[in-house]
Amino acid sequence: MVSERRIDIVPAAHAARLAVRRASADEPLWALLDSVMDPEVPALSLWELGVLQDVRRGPERIVVVVTPTYSGCPAMHAMEEAVRQRLAEAGYGDVTIERRLSPAWTTDWISSEARTALREYGIAPPDTTNCPQCGSARTVPISEFGSTACKALYRCEECGEPFDYFKPH
Amino acid sequence: MSPQAADIRAFSIALGDDALVLGQRLAEWVSNAPSLEEELALANVALDHIGRARMFYGHAAEIAADGSDEDSIAFGRDTRTYTNLLINELPRGDFAFTIVRQFLVDAFNVPFLTTLAASSEPGLAAIGEKAVKESAYHLRRSRDWMLRLGDGTAESHDRAQRAAEELWGYTRELFEPFGAEARLTAARVITDRAALEDAWRREVGATFVEATLQVPQSTWSIRGGRDGVHTEHLGYLLAEMQFMQRAYPGQRW
Repeated sequence: MVSERRIDIVPAAHAARLAVRRASADEPLWALLDSVMDPEVPALSLWELGVLQDVRRGPERIVVVVTPTYSGCPAMHAMEEAVRQRLAEAGYGDVTIERRLSPAWTTDWISSEARTALREYGIAPPDTTNCPQCGSARTVPISEFGSTACKALYRCEECGEPFDYFKPH
Repeated sequence: MSPQAADIRAFSIALGDDALVLGQRLAEWVSNAPSLEEELALANVALDHIGRARMFYGHAAEIAADGSDEDSIAFGRDTRTYTNLLINELPRGDFAFTIVRQFLVDAFNVPFLTTLAASSEPGLAAIGEKAVKESAYHLRRSRDWMLRLGDGTAESHDRAQRAAEELWGYTRELFEPFGAEARLTAARVITDRAALEDAWRREVGATFVEATLQVPQSTWSIRGGRDGVHTEHLGYLLAEMQFMQRAYPGQRW
């Protein structure tokens, strides 16, 4: 009997982004930008964070499409500068960065691999407020707003550690 | 620019002004908040509003295509051409005043931005779609604070009640479309903000009851923000915010 293989279902929102990337003829550019990390959450690249939507070679310049996380996120500017810098280092000096607002950024775009990376980094991913240190479910919110726009502050009642929680959005 | 494009631009600037002025008022709490957590929260909400203003101004500039940009719109206009609703410009007051104002505005913004997200004008719709998620989160917090202040100590209750009495007459303006907006409503580009009033009164009333606060019974109301007729407070806010660009026009970092 053929054993059934269980396949993780990729959330539709993330699958749509993956499809854009897979259909791209410019994979080397995507790979290049995989090394650009969120300055405030260095465990995630801009792609994993869901900010990077598209990168393509235009007739004269490279076009990068990004979707801002929060309207007032001060890191957006730093992210765009980091993208420019990374591309410049690889010899691409002419870069246009387009901001796309719709569809609005959502944490659904953060893949399950990236969620694991977040937890290992010490940040509870959007799907659970369990303590990223000891795994306990006995946690309490300290503040709805944390050290950055995308996070709230929690404390574990079990191990006593405070931790950031990546807010579902 | 077609007459309708001019209306969309004026509407977008008015919504940007609402967000920028309230964002500035919230930002005044930085280094003055009652606790570190509250300071972070107020600063985060302030940033969301200022970011929202940038999107509305950017959209307005794009429509006008006249060389203006978000900075020239924010820093290059005086009080008479600012068109924010008056409730946003009132001084921050005490913590209760800031929270009650935020609650009243958040409770309006959530349904308002939901309708904006359904606008037939793609730029406005995109901003609405983005901003409504943030306002829903703001409302969760400001509503929670309403309960804690209203149903807290005698002092916090009194302060929250006093703030509500002071603010009530400024809420009527939330439901009054101005010229450009009324034309866009008639053209079915957006929907009528006046239609949101009943649901807002029910929502706000229910929270007041739960917070053991009285819904103010005052019948006075004041308006003028959309016509550029402001309280005496806005000029000081703009003077401080715009100082650098006034002193050194066009200066960049």
